[in-house]
Amino acid sequence: MTEPIPVHTTPGNKMIITMGLVASICGVLIVGAYESTQDAIANNKRIMVERAVFKVLPGAAKVNEYVATPSGIQPLTGNVPEGGMKFYAAYDQAGALKGIAAEAAGKGYADIVRVLYGYDTQCQCIIGIGVVSMRETPGIGDKIITDPAFLKNFEALDVRVNTEMTALANAVKVVKHGSKQNAWEIDAIAGATVTSKAVGRGINESAQKLMPLLVPHIAELKP
Amino acid sequence: MSANKPVDESITFDTFMEGVWRQNPVFVMVLGMCPTLAVTVSAVNAVSMGLATLFVLVSSCFLVSLIRNLVPKEVRIATYIVIIATFVTLVDYIIQAVSLSLYEALGAFIQLIVVNCIILGRAEAHASKNPPLKAVVNALGMGIGFTIGLLALGATREILGAGKLFGFSLFGEHFQPWVVMVLPPGGFFVLGGWLLLFSFMRSRSEKGVAHE
Repeated sequence: MTEPIPVHTTPGNKMIITMGLVASICGVLIVGAYESTQDAIANNKRIMVERAVFKVLPGAAKVNEYVATPSGIQPLTGNVPEGGMKFYAAYDQAGALKGIAAEAAGKGYADIVRVLYGYDTQCQCIIGIGVVSMRETPGIGDKIITDPAFLKNFEALDVRVNTEMTALANAVKVVKHGSKQNAWEIDAIAGATVTSKAVGRGINESAQKLMPLLVPHIAELKP
Repeated sequence: MSANKPVDESITFDTFMEGVWRQNPVFVMVLGMCPTLAVTVSAVNAVSMGLATLFVLVSSCFLVSLIRNLVPKEVRIATYIVIIATFVTLVDYIIQAVSLSLYEALGAFIQLIVVNCIILGRAEAHASKNPPLKAVVNALGMGIGFTIGLLALGATREILGAGKLFGFSLFGEHFQPWVVMVLPPGGFFVLGGWLLLFSFMRSRSEKGVAHE
C-alpha cells in the first residue's frame, strides 16, 4: 500500500482574505492618485485646447466651449447632445469675438486625421488649420503641417452658407495639385493626395454640419 | 512558507548589475518587445516609457516582496497582477498630469505595461523570494537596464529617421531623413542591429575568457 501524497492546500477563506486585503490597499492607492492628479489633468487638457485654438486664430486670448444644435447654440455643459456639434468661440484681449474653431476628421492614409480649423465670421472663411492628431507617414503625409503651399489654401478658404441656411454655398473640394481656381477649393499636395483629401473631406463634412447651425446665431456669441 | 532552502539575502553589486548588463531585458533576455519596438520612435518617448516601466517595476516588486510570506501560492499570480495594475494606473494618471502630448505619444503602451513580462517575471522570479530591499535593488537594475535598452533604440531611430536627438536638430537643413527608421520596420532593423552588436560582444568576451 502506498501512502497518499500529502497535498498542501490553503483554506479558501485565507485566499479570499489575502486577495481582499491586497485589493483594498490597491483601491486606496488608485483613488488617492486619481484625486491628487485630477486638477492637473483638467488643467492640462484646457491648456492643450487653448493652445490649439490660439494657433488657428491668431490674436485670440480666451476660449469658451459651445455646442450648436438645431435649436440654437448654448455654452457646453457636460456631454455634447445628440445631433449637436461642439465648437470653440475665441475672444481677444478686449473681449471681442475673434473667431470660431471646430474640429474636423477624415480618413487618411494610416488612420483618422483630426484637424482643428479657425473660422473668421467677417469673411465667412477658414483662416487657419492645425493638426490635432494623425499617424500619417513622416516626411510624406505630415507635409500637411509643414508645406507652405498647402497651408496657403487655408488663409481664406471660402465656407459661406447658402441663402436658405441649409448647407455651404460651395462644398469644400480637394483638387489636383496646381489646379485650384476657386476660393472653396484646396490644392492637394503632390505625393500626399490621400492625406490632403482627408483634410478637405473632414473640413467639408464638419463645416456642412456646423455652419448652417451656427451662422444664424452668430450674433449671440458677441458680447 | 517558501523558505524551503536558505536564500542568500546579501545584496551585492551583482544584484543591481544583473538587470543592467548580464540579464539586460532588451538585449539579453529579449523581453517586453512590444513597447520596445512601438514607442522607440524618439529618445524622449523611449526614456519616458523606460521610466514609467521602472516605476511600476520597483513599486510592485517592493509590495510583492513585502507581502511574500502572506500570499498563498494558489493566488499569487492574481495578487501580483492586481498590484502591477494598480501601479500602472498610477503611472497613467501621473503622465497625464505631467504632459498630455507625451501621453498621446505613448498611447496604449502605458496601459500595456500591465502585461509586460519583465515585471511579472521579476515579481515571480525574484521579488517573491527575496526581502524588500534586495528586491528593490534588483528591480531598479532591471528597470534601468530596460530604460537603457529603449534609449539605445530610440536615440538611434531618432538620429537616423529624423536627424534629431531629444528634439534637437543635429545635421542642419540639408539632412535627408532616413524615414523608414521611425516607421515600424525601422524598429526591427535597429533592434536587429543592437542584438547583433550585443551577441558579438558576448561571444568575444566568452572567447577571451576561454583563452586565459
